Amino acid sequence: MRQQPEPRQVVKERRDAALAALVEGVPYAQFLGIGFDRRGDELTAVLPFHDDLIGNPALPAIHGGATAAFLEVTAIIELSWSFIWEDVESGALSMDVLREGRLPRLPKTIDFTVDYLRSGLPRDAYARARVNRMGRRYASVHVEAWQDNRTRLFAQATGHFLMPSRDG
Amino acid sequence: MSDDRTRIARQFIEAIPHSRALGMRILRVGEGEAEIEMPYDTRLIGDPETGVIHGGAVSALMDTCSGAAVMAHPDAPVATATIGLRIDYMRAATPGETIRAHAVCHHVTRSVAFVRATTFDGDETRPVATAAGTFTLGRKT
Repeated sequence: MRQQPEPRQVVKERRDAALAALVEGVPYAQFLGIGFDRRGDELTAVLPFHDDLIGNPALPAIHGGATAAFLEVTAIIELSWSFIWEDVESGALSMDVLREGRLPRLPKTIDFTVDYLRSGLPRDAYARARVNRMGRRYASVHVEAWQDNRTRLFAQATGHFLMPSRDG
Repeated sequence: MSDDRTRIARQFIEAIPHSRALGMRILRVGEGEAEIEMPYDTRLIGDPETGVIHGGAVSALMDTCSGAAVMAHPDAPVATATIGLRIDYMRAATPGETIRAHAVCHHVTRSVAFVRATTFDGDETRPVATAAGTFTLGRKT
């Protein structure tokens, strides 16, 4: 007999709990004020503008370091999200585990290369990352950030990451 | 002259809201080089299990320090912005320890500056991260 799909609400709750556990587990993401929008498995990072992000008060423009950090946070969250996705879908990562924030360890950055395309304006910024390869030990992730127009990127980056071991 | 340069660089860094928010302090500025420290702060943690600060915070420190090294170049640029920055993370910074970046602007052209930077924690023998960056160089016209 064909298995009934899980009720939509149950699936949604578990996905949202997984994302919340991931993001809330990173104090630095909170410090920068980064949030994540989710549509199915697609994540969009949102960096609301605030004065503490300014790097050049004369323009003003967002600090290159804040931009790099925003891209790196987005890359790591996307990579972790891809890493746990199947276990979230199967329910192997249960709601209890997610509520307690007991997630697998985070990937570690090996290297990160940022390409600054135009200055970050004093408004909200968005970013999406794409996992180009996720092997057992290493992963390669590309991430793009924009402000007003999705096609006018203000920065992009590529990074390599060391994956956490599957058994804890 | 050197004191003057350090004073100008200190003003430059201290006027940057993001660097202030991260608690950065200028230690030293020389000809085309700068040294900046950033105290450990729990708000900067990237991995709550270990308390290690986020790579992004290390990037912000090295970006700032590299920009300061460009501004301290003898050609006396009036403005700079990062074009590209590549960071290699050799190891986790020890939780609780202040980290310190040292950047050298080793070459400039008419419009581009090339910088190398290294970050250490309390252990001076093993770098936490290194960076290579390219920056715009704004000259007085």
